[in-house]
Amino acid sequence: MSEKQLLKEKIHQYDFSIIEAELFLDTHPNCRRALAVLHEMKTERAALVKTYEAKYGDYIVRAADVNNQNRWVWVDSPWPWENSKECEV
Amino acid sequence: MWSYEKKLEFPVNIKNPNPKYAGIIISQFGGPDGELGASMRYLTQRYSMPYSEVKAILTDIGTEELAHLEMVCAMVHQLTRKLSYEQIKESGFDKYFVDHTAAVYPVAAAGIPWRAEYIAAKGDILADLHEDLAAEQKARVTYDNLLRLIDDPDIREPLKFLRQREIVHYQRFGEALRLTADKLDSKNFYVCNPSFDKNCGK
Repeated sequence: MSEKQLLKEKIHQYDFSIIEAELFLDTHPNCRRALAVLHEMKTERAALVKTYEAKYGDYIVRAADVNNQNRWVWVDSPWPWENSKECEV
Repeated sequence: MWSYEKKLEFPVNIKNPNPKYAGIIISQFGGPDGELGASMRYLTQRYSMPYSEVKAILTDIGTEELAHLEMVCAMVHQLTRKLSYEQIKESGFDKYFVDHTAAVYPVAAAGIPWRAEYIAAKGDILADLHEDLAAEQKARVTYDNLLRLIDDPDIREPLKFLRQREIVHYQRFGEALRLTADKLDSKNFYVCNPSFDKNCGK
């Protein structure tokens, strides 16, 4: 797996942890420890996205992440159901 | 509203296509306890829920189920790539292939298309939360059964992830039920419906 792919996977792991913390908070909305964990994970994820963007350009997950002025590159990045080992970009 | 993210919740990268496995995994897309039904069940039940925590958990689990549906479809898609006619005939996938080729269509493993009868929205918080708890356990059993039948680690890893999510969702729905019970008392427990009757529990 390339360094770029590894970094992406690390960000995806944070995304998952954030989902998990949010579900927990839905039924424990006053849990300050869970709120602190969520905040910490969001901060760490933001730092990883910054590292990614410094090395590889825009981190495009949502259409709103596209900044390219010349082409709507949303259509170019691989679709998630396609095997990433087969169509690495 | 929803916004789409171009990624899977857990990676699916299957090296070896296998139409037989595709034909059983598809049940977790369009079968009675599959992810399509799960997302529709929770997202539908939200509107009649009286308590904010329960509206939140149904919204967020219902949304996560859409991501699971996408993972299951990705597995079926990757398992049915580049098939030969021999593979299609020998595996029994021919019965699906004749109607859908290699598209991903919501059916149960036995070929029955997805039906709205798989889900319930009763408009009663106790009835609906018990439905949701049972649904999570039934989905977990289905993943257990798939794991009994499938040995390829490329397929087992995402299936194990999805199985684990059923357990976490069951836990969260259990907490939602406990929160609900705390808001009810012996006077209104089965006498009035907080999702419908005005002044229930007041």
